[in-house]
Amino acid sequence: MSLLSEHIPVLQVAVPLLSAPLCSLLRGVRLPWLLALAVSWFAFAISILLLIQVMDSGDISYHMGNWAPPFGIEYRVDVINAFVLLIISGISAVALPYARLSVAHEVDPRRHGQFYTAYLLCLTGLLGVTITGDAFNIFVFLEISSLSAYVLIAAGARQDRRALTAAYNYLVLGTVGATFFVIGVGLLYMVTGTLNIADLAERIRPLADNRAVQAGFAFIIIGMGLKLAMFPMHTWLPNAYTYAPSTVTVFLASTATKVSVYVVLRFLFTVFGPAYGFVGLTFEYIFLPLAILAMFIGSTAAIYQTNLKRLFAYSSVAQLGYIVLGIALGNIAGLTATVLHLFNHALMKGALFMALGCVALRIGAVSINGVRGLGREMPWTFAAIAGAGLSLIGVPSTVGFISKWYLILGALENSWWPVALLIVASSLLAVIYVWKIIEAAYFGVAPEGRGPVAEAPLEMLAPLWLMVVANFYFGIDADLTTSVAGKVAATFLGSGS
Amino acid sequence: MLETIPPIFWYIIGAVITLIIPNGRFRATAMLLIPLAGIWQLLNIPHGDHIQIDFLDYTLTLFRVDKLSFVFGLIFNIAAFLSLLYAWHVRDPIQQVMTVLYAGAAIGAVFAGDLISLFIFWEATALTSVFLIWARGTEGAYHTGMRYLIIQVGSGVLLLAGTLLLVTQTGSIAFIDRGLVDLATLLIFIAFGIKCAFPLLHNWLQDAYPASTATGTVVLSAFTTKLAIYALARAYPGTEILVYIGCVMMIFPVFFAAIENNLRKVLAYSLNNQLGFMVVGIGIGTPLALNGTAAHAFAHILYKALLFMSMGAVLHRTGTTKASELGGLYRTMPLTMIFCVVGAASISAFPLFSGFISKSLIQSAAANEGYMVVWVIMLIASVGVLEHSGIKIPFFTFFGHDSGKRPKEAPWNMLLAMFLTSSLCIGLGIYPAPLYAILPFEVEYDPYTTTHVVTQFQVLLFALLAFCVLYRSGVYPVEIRAVNIDFDWIYRRGLRRIISSLSRGIDTAYSQVTAGLNGIVGSIIASSRRHFGPIGLFGSTTRVGSAVAWISALLLIALVTSYSGS
Repeated sequence: MSLLSEHIPVLQVAVPLLSAPLCSLLRGVRLPWLLALAVSWFAFAISILLLIQVMDSGDISYHMGNWAPPFGIEYRVDVINAFVLLIISGISAVALPYARLSVAHEVDPRRHGQFYTAYLLCLTGLLGVTITGDAFNIFVFLEISSLSAYVLIAAGARQDRRALTAAYNYLVLGTVGATFFVIGVGLLYMVTGTLNIADLAERIRPLADNRAVQAGFAFIIIGMGLKLAMFPMHTWLPNAYTYAPSTVTVFLASTATKVSVYVVLRFLFTVFGPAYGFVGLTFEYIFLPLAILAMFIGSTAAIYQTNLKRLFAYSSVAQLGYIVLGIALGNIAGLTATVLHLFNHALMKGALFMALGCVALRIGAVSINGVRGLGREMPWTFAAIAGAGLSLIGVPSTVGFISKWYLILGALENSWWPVALLIVASSLLAVIYVWKIIEAAYFGVAPEGRGPVAEAPLEMLAPLWLMVVANFYFGIDADLTTSVAGKVAATFLGSGS
Repeated sequence: MLETIPPIFWYIIGAVITLIIPNGRFRATAMLLIPLAGIWQLLNIPHGDHIQIDFLDYTLTLFRVDKLSFVFGLIFNIAAFLSLLYAWHVRDPIQQVMTVLYAGAAIGAVFAGDLISLFIFWEATALTSVFLIWARGTEGAYHTGMRYLIIQVGSGVLLLAGTLLLVTQTGSIAFIDRGLVDLATLLIFIAFGIKCAFPLLHNWLQDAYPASTATGTVVLSAFTTKLAIYALARAYPGTEILVYIGCVMMIFPVFFAAIENNLRKVLAYSLNNQLGFMVVGIGIGTPLALNGTAAHAFAHILYKALLFMSMGAVLHRTGTTKASELGGLYRTMPLTMIFCVVGAASISAFPLFSGFISKSLIQSAAANEGYMVVWVIMLIASVGVLEHSGIKIPFFTFFGHDSGKRPKEAPWNMLLAMFLTSSLCIGLGIYPAPLYAILPFEVEYDPYTTTHVVTQFQVLLFALLAFCVLYRSGVYPVEIRAVNIDFDWIYRRGLRRIISSLSRGIDTAYSQVTAGLNGIVGSIIASSRRHFGPIGLFGSTTRVGSAVAWISALLLIALVTSYSGS
């Protein structure tokens, strides 16, 4: 038992990684799904154990193959990545029970083995990026998750052929991003001779004026900025989310961009730090304007979308703007908002895309005209959209409110009045695009030719409502999330030099 | 134990339970029990802060009962009961649930003891009430509802901004009187002002209320604006600028109400004008004035609901509330006519009706504090009230030129609701002691002094005269222009000219300003659709090449930024 608990960090990644090839051997539709489900739940349990352990007794350092860092690969778990691991595995654990019917409906039945293989690889990659303490290892896991994500998106081709071009575009841009990242890591390696993140942080300190370090920093930030869909590098995201199978959208929208944000945080605060002149300048001249543009342009674009998946994809661009804005504020409240919103946004978008998946299961395409009058026929699904939509707007007693609260506090702490006003003003745009759907669903007249529509099956509604309830639960009892996020922010800004 | 549960929970639980009951008369009847439970609770609960919960680093007070919140809480519960009774025949679950939740949110806001819970309920009233507008189901109602929602949510956003600012400055979120002293309190003041329909912030009211359903307007008229009155009375008593804001509010709607043809819109303007009286009372801020505001809000909710109910009944039976299409309905809707006249007499403050005993308090307070100009303005405004609400509404609907319409009498539940409301209006007018007893301050006051009654009758007579003149001289949009009268011709023409040109001038200026603003907003929307829509630059799929170009440019900027940091 003690042997097992000692190796918990590696199990987090190794189990999904080793199950993936196994999964590709399984035939039929039920077995691959069962395996993926079991692995997800296992990963979720592990991540809970890790978070508890980290909260109780501090950081965990696991030496891969007993090679001591900085020479060997180190898995290093502290509060922030334990929290992100929890988000990834938690979303996966809820998404998989939902996945069975949705995937059976949307993905070619002969390909389920491969589909869940790609899914497990993607899960592996995301968990690996988060848990590893080695910069090059981050790149490797990032590529694992990205390559499998391209496959997952392309699996939507059975529903709509445009999934193929969406996946291809994402592949080109994602590769550019990953390349930038690895160039940046390479530059840092060139001047420091190490890839271990903790070691890197030590050795960079005397080299703050080194041009190679500064260039490395710029490459890493832009590379990961692309992966996290920071405006204006978000162009891959709307199509990828729109044409991917519903389950994939749920999973990627809630986790993939969050992991990239985590990597950015890790480099900004652990490797570098706000005390470095160029980091502060990046906050002010790159993150701040881009975040505000993202908030407004993303939301405004969302208002005019007719495809609802695309609508919420643009809303994600705007929400990522909030996340980046929290970083740009550079104070504890702002950073707390960023970390909180990683979790909170995963809950909102998870719920919303799940609900859209339910609609897609019943009527095929999810356009604003298609859902007219559907509120009466699928009451549970649309009540869920309304609930999660409220959270997206940031209505009190939902998680969205908690995030915005800290974000605005952060802006006020810097005395950035205009920014605080812009945050609240952009919430109004969210009111428009969310309530537009609610109005169509509840007051619209059903388009001609649509017969009676049945409510989504319980198997999909239950996970959906679990997410919706979580949106409200963590909005009312925010102690757990705020204490974790506050702790993370304090660590980052305290040890940030 | 049961009575310390905040009323909002009664309403939420009630809404859920009623949804379980099959749609029909049982559900509609069961819903009536919710406000009754609320009234029972209020009568049994001792004053004090009841439910406090921890949220983030703050303590929320969900249930603060004191004299001020008691009056508003009580009348909100009564109004909820009467509106639900009036809407008993409605079988649309969305309207039913949203009515209950909207009333619950408004009551929740009244009992909120801190700004965060106030904000929560503040937004909840906006999000629930908009469904009552959308329930009309027309394209116009959809757009009106959207505009209404944006403005209401915007008010909440300002409230939140002010609260946050206050928290960073003082660390306290208590919802108390802080005065209008800095930016934080100003933001909150504007937030309240929007919901209170301050001049220039008022358009949502006349836009939205007449657009709702026959029953929806009755519900809407009771809560949102009076909640704002309560909030102002709580946080800004004695803020002098409110006196002047209130004066403008009393006067300007009179002109619009005089030239408006849609009678429900007339009532919406008159609602604005009545709010002016209450705002003046808050601005004066003496115990007598605040009592007047509370009493006037109490009486006003009843008679305004009564007027909207009677117009709603007419709309329900004839499908219109345009003055030019109505007339002569007293033949077939005599009971509705009687109730409408009771409401009209109350709003016009006829002695022995509820408006008289409440408005007098504010007028006396103004006189006592030496606001003579304000007192005169109130008199003039009172003339306006009688003219447009007291006479125009019943006259053009039930008497006047016979439209030939012979609708059925209103349904029994509407009649019962109107009967109960009328009884309250008359009862309070004759025997105001119970209302005076629950006002926030102990004040000895007798409205029925000789001077008072005589002054009021003079005002009323003058207003009656004005109406006759306007009517006979053809300013009013009715067809009986051929009838001559014996007034001096020049005097008649002069009066008519002044009034018509004044009204028309304001109207033209107003419509030009709105048209200008609409033009600007319209072009912004058109251009944003061009750029952000599915075919625009930001809303469409860009090619990979251009995306990579963006990335390269950004990398360049990032490199320059980080180089210049050393």
